[in-house]
Formats: sequence, structure tokens, C-alpha cells
Amino acid sequence: MAEDPYKTLGIPREASTEAIRAAYRKLARKHHPDLNPGKPEAEAKFKAVSAANDLLSDPEKRARFDRGEIDADGQEQRPAGSYRQYAEQPTGAKYGARHGQRPEAEVFDDIFADIFEQRRRAESGPRRGRDESYRLAVPFLHAMEGATETLTLPDGRSLSVKIPPGVETGQVLRLRGQGGPGRNGGPAGDALIDLDVAEHSLFRREGFNLHLELPVTLREAVLGGPVLVPTPGGPLRVNLPEGSDTGRQIRLRGRGIAAHGKREAGDLLLTLRVLIGPADDALKTFLRDWKPEHPHDPRAGMEAAP
Amino acid sequence: MITLDLLCARFSRLNVEDLQDWIAEGHVRPERAAGDLVFSELDVERVRLILELRDDMAVNEEALPVVLSLLDQLYELRRRLRAMGVEPDFTA
Repeated sequence: MAEDPYKTLGIPREASTEAIRAAYRKLARKHHPDLNPGKPEAEAKFKAVSAANDLLSDPEKRARFDRGEIDADGQEQRPAGSYRQYAEQPTGAKYGARHGQRPEAEVFDDIFADIFEQRRRAESGPRRGRDESYRLAVPFLHAMEGATETLTLPDGRSLSVKIPPGVETGQVLRLRGQGGPGRNGGPAGDALIDLDVAEHSLFRREGFNLHLELPVTLREAVLGGPVLVPTPGGPLRVNLPEGSDTGRQIRLRGRGIAAHGKREAGDLLLTLRVLIGPADDALKTFLRDWKPEHPHDPRAGMEAAP
Repeated sequence: MITLDLLCARFSRLNVEDLQDWIAEGHVRPERAAGDLVFSELDVERVRLILELRDDMAVNEEALPVVLSLLDQLYELRRRLRAMGVEPDFTA
């Protein structure tokens, strides 16, 4: 909890606006951190003084504080006195002691006057509106297949945003003329839409291919057969070959990220994982009596590296 | 590095005419790139300092160059101390 702002500024509670201002100025001059680079405690004091002033110099906030509606901490702190952090670095030499001269002043006038002149002219002439930036969250599959999303703008307008298939997080779509209005007959700015593609619980993207880990039962793995596979375009019947062990990859051509323009559709790569699930007595009995024709040791050649 | 527009957007109490004066006087020294002015972090903080001197501490136009000149000398000394390996802040 910050100290009573009246105490911080050293003024009575009935102090006038002028008295507050005067007290603040006096203390700001004394404690401004850039004027006291050798006194680290000055920064904290200056912050306290500034916060007290921010509170008491605003009649509305002051009244609310006096009524007890807000406390002395109800203020956001503003950054102050960070010039010295830069000035103390070697690059600070740019503003070296000038010993009363202003050698470059005339040159500066010439070089920069026209920039300001251009600015003034630009302000009175037709001016293109500002580009406005927005963020749009896109569900994973909409980004893979392409979709049209609706973006509601802060001013209540809604924009229809056509998402081409294969977009990634960080990609920006530009909608011409949908940004800020132009001034003095200038054209409107653009809306820049920063896309944020969500992750998916099943599919993982790699380039324009998608990866899916597909659990299969022991029977499906050993005997093969038809299984139903979820794909971005909907469930697909896939015939597993016999002996589809864990780790086996199956490529479903053209079932990855949808084609767009000249780019062909990506593939969906299934990686199988055998999931035995709860074993019943029949399976246990079978395995106990089972004498494999080709016994093998899946751990052969496995040795812990030094 | 930020542009003139961003600088003006950052400080609501900054007025372009005043900035132009400060640049002409050499109080603020941006660089010129591609037909626009660019301000480094050092320049930005210097603008903040000048605004605080003027608005919060009532340092007027006449006194501003004096204060800045004294500050520039102070920081130059501190940079030199640093360059010599002396930490300027000692606790006595």
C-alpha cells in the first residue's frame, strides 16, 4: 500500500490545486532520476511523488480518494527517468557535452526542415487511411481445408475473411480497403489479419502433410483388414495390409492439406500403434500355449550407450 | 528505432512543432533514413526527459538548454568514469 499521497507531497488535505502543483514541481525537480543518476533512491521517491501527483492533480480521482473510494495504489505507474539508462552507455556520447555550441544546428535545419514540410503538406492533401491490424483465431481443420471466417471488428462491422488452405500461424492476410477511412478523399487503408491457427488433438502438421497416429488392435495389426480413419475431409475406410506392426507408416495421398492454386494437396501419413487393450482369458491361454514359428527378440542389439 | 509517427503516438503531449524546434536546436538528434526521421531508444527517452522537464518541472524554453547542457556534461563525466573502470555510484 502506497503512502498517503498528501503526506508524500507534504501538503495539507485541503491544499489547492495550485499548491499541489507547486509541491509536485518542487519534489520532481529534486528527485527526478535523470537529474540524480548517482542516487538510486531518487527513482523510488520520484515514482511515489509522481503517483501522488497523478492522483491528486485529477479532481475526480482526488475526490474519489478523499471519499475513500480508491486507495493510493489505484494508480498505474508511469515510466519515468529511463533516459539515464541509455545516456550512461557508450552510445550516449551522441549527446556529449557541447560547451555551449550548437555546431550542427544549421545543418540540422536544412536536412530536417523539408521532412517536416512534407509532413505538413501531406496532412492537408489526400491521405490514405491507416492499415488496421486484427488477430483471427482459425480452427486447425479450417486452416487445412480452407474456409471463410467472420471477423467482428471493434466498431461492429463484420468482415468475411476467406482463408486459403494451408495457412500457418503468423501469416497475415491483407484485405484491401477494409482498414481506416482515408482523409481528404484519400483511399481507405487495408485490414491486416494476423492468423492464429489452433493446434489439433489428432493431426500434426509438417509442411503440407499431416501426421496421424492411428491405434490398431492386435487382430487388425496381425491380420490386416478395413479400418475407419479420421481425415480432415471426413472418415475414410482404409484397408490395412497384413502384418501392420507398430511404427508402420501408411501414406494416404492427397488427404493432407487441401490443394491451392498450383500447389497439390499434401498427404496424410498414418503411423500405426498397436493397442492390445484388456486381454481376456482366451488370449492369455492362447499366448501361454503359443510356440512361435520364428521366435524373435525385439530387444536384440539394444545396449545402453555409455 | 521508431519513426516520427510512432514517436508522436507514444507521447500524447508531444507536439510536432516543439519537436522540430528541439531538433533544430540540437536537443534531439534523430537520424534520417529513407526520407523519414528515425529515433533510437536514446532519442525517445531524451524526448521523454525534455517533456518531463518542461511539463512536470516547469523548466521553460530559456532554461531548457542550460539544464540539458549540464546534464550532458554530467553524463559525459559518468561515461568517462565508466570507461576508466570506475563505477560512478559509490555508497559512502
